[in-house]
Amino acid sequence: MEDLDNLKATELTLGLPGTDAPEKPSPASTTGANKRANEECCLPVAKKQVVGWPPLRSYRMNSIRIRKMEAEDNTGIYVKVGMDGAPYLRKVDLGVYTGYKELTEALNDMFKCFSLGGAEGHEESGYAITYEDKDGDWMLVGDVPWEMFISSCKRMRIMKGSEARGLSSST
Amino acid sequence: MVRGFGWAAAFPDEVWEHVFSFLAADADRNAVALVCRAWHRIERRSRRRVFVGNCYAVAPAAAVRRFPEVRAAAIKGKPHFADFNLVPTDWGGGAEAWVEAMAEGWPHLEELRLKRMVVSDDCLELIARSFKNFGVLSLVSCDGFSTAGLAAFAANCRNLRELDLHENEVEDNCLNWISHFPDSFTSLVSLNIACLEGDVNTSVLECLISRCPNLRTLRLNHAMPLEKLVSLLQRAPQLVDLGTSKFSADHHPELFFKLESTFAGFKHLKSLSGIWEAGPAYLPAIYSVCESLTSLNLCYATIQSPELLKLVSRCKNLQRLWVMDLIEDNGLIAVAASCKLLQELRVFPSDPYGVAPPISLTEHGLVAISAGCLMLHSVLYFCRQMTNAALLTIANNRPNLTCFRLCIIEPHTPDYISQEPLDAGFSAIVESCKDLRRLSLSGLLTDRVFKSIGASANRLEMLSVAFAGDSDAGLHYILSGCKNLRKLEIRDCPFGDKALLDNASKLETMRSLWMSSCSVTLGACRQLALKMPRLNVEVIDERRGRPLESWPDDFPVEKLYIYRTVAGPRSDTPPCVWTV
Repeated sequence: MEDLDNLKATELTLGLPGTDAPEKPSPASTTGANKRANEECCLPVAKKQVVGWPPLRSYRMNSIRIRKMEAEDNTGIYVKVGMDGAPYLRKVDLGVYTGYKELTEALNDMFKCFSLGGAEGHEESGYAITYEDKDGDWMLVGDVPWEMFISSCKRMRIMKGSEARGLSSST
Repeated sequence: MVRGFGWAAAFPDEVWEHVFSFLAADADRNAVALVCRAWHRIERRSRRRVFVGNCYAVAPAAAVRRFPEVRAAAIKGKPHFADFNLVPTDWGGGAEAWVEAMAEGWPHLEELRLKRMVVSDDCLELIARSFKNFGVLSLVSCDGFSTAGLAAFAANCRNLRELDLHENEVEDNCLNWISHFPDSFTSLVSLNIACLEGDVNTSVLECLISRCPNLRTLRLNHAMPLEKLVSLLQRAPQLVDLGTSKFSADHHPELFFKLESTFAGFKHLKSLSGIWEAGPAYLPAIYSVCESLTSLNLCYATIQSPELLKLVSRCKNLQRLWVMDLIEDNGLIAVAASCKLLQELRVFPSDPYGVAPPISLTEHGLVAISAGCLMLHSVLYFCRQMTNAALLTIANNRPNLTCFRLCIIEPHTPDYISQEPLDAGFSAIVESCKDLRRLSLSGLLTDRVFKSIGASANRLEMLSVAFAGDSDAGLHYILSGCKNLRKLEIRDCPFGDKALLDNASKLETMRSLWMSSCSVTLGACRQLALKMPRLNVEVIDERRGRPLESWPDDFPVEKLYIYRTVAGPRSDTPPCVWTV
């Protein structure tokens, strides 16, 4: 049974259960007086990105980005990764990582700017990385040996901790 | 001179009804309904098509009650900026209230078109079960449903002619939903499943296509491999509108030959789309249909300029072209020379975040098109640089523009040669193009451009503004001018309270106003709401702190959505939305 009074359990983090979760980044300020957009989404480029700009449907962004990656490299083990609340999907090549720790770090890097909302009054108890396996079942990432994971993982989703609780193999 | 209400009785109702049947435009029918009570009564009883631009502007029951004989309805939900993730996902726009009211009051409904609404699986099933003559379902930019819902819909819809799923977020939980169309089902005319992510059973689809001789439109999703596509298409040579699946595979001369002869068999094809991930090897298979195409959508085709050029220069009768910026200036110059009937051009960025090496698509491409394509009236253009001179040339070349949407990707980008703001260029556009109905601005812009727009853009109905202007004056120019403005959407501009309050009554003449990351305070929203009871003033704040009532007047409003309504404040606002 989760101890809901445990502060650590309610901290917004991105990490596998039982590991030391990386620090939560500070929420973006949202004063209306800002002329520039006030949410910054970091992508693996030096440029600053702005939410909803350029004005393209996320549908189109997903398609272009994912097809481009597919076209470029046909040898990787590409799986889509979505995060609750993030405007578009990412794709990762599981083949480039040697284990869960590297994967988690990479995902954290990729999605850290999508940690939504401020800490005020938040009740969510962190995020968990889950994946859909070959049988269509949703499992918590980290439950099975790494080799088994990369051969059976079809796609991943970073869910709110409250939703992922039921998936944990350890009760 | 006849006076009073008596003259309407000069003819029986059926005669007036017959006369009104020649009025296609809603605006005309609305005008007729205002003439006298008799005409109001006759018109409302005979109206067959209804368009609801904002699902919250009127209560569903009221709309259904007023027009009891409607056969076709179109309803829109979320604000346009929801397309760019600026609107919280739980904002609203649910379709249930409308579908339930329609099921109750319009049992003879045949067509339903929903845009930017949340449609549940239950809704889909309700639609299929409630209307026995149901023929057309179009869902554009909707979400909330899954392929299981589509299965339920397919199973229960006996006379369906059109199923159009355009750019929806559909959850994929039912692999074989297409097999739920009964074997006796043969009425399909149009099927668009391009937005579905999952695999579709090809043999089931082939069966469906084979038994539907009236099929004219077929738009597939990317998942189907090329070999399967070929065998499918051979069963439908009568197609007028085709959206292919993936257009690449390992090169196989036999497959190419089959693909080429399949396309040669299309004697009636006018519209082509899809062509996902096209490889140069298979593209020439399309050449035989190019001459007859009027619409070509290559915006998912990552083809390079030389191949694109070869393809589009064969399309002499093209009226609509959607393409990626990979076409480059050279490609557009070729289009300008070959596609003399072009009316609509959209150029999308292949690399919106600028990671890859830059593409040679500049203002020159658009200028060439404006010079060569005399019938051009609609433009959507993403690029990285622009000059006032280019915009002036475009304005002079094409005074017949009705839609001009320019997106210079980097905000605040000036004229790259003079370093001036692009005020002069956009001013030229609105002054020259007297029929301009839709305009999207970008680049470095001061209040001056808004002065021009307010003064000259008399037919403008929709304006999109981002990262522009210096002060409230900008917004004031727009709201005090632009006689026909219906939709205004603004983000990241220094527009605030004064312009809004000074032009409060203007807002009731418009469908809606969206403002985000501007300088509006809660106090102004409160005043506005008080002054204008027939507006819903929605303040959106996703931080979910204390309730709205406890915030002070000078609290900065992050996102604001104001729309006119006769239905009062809505009852389905989520936690992040407050109707002031």
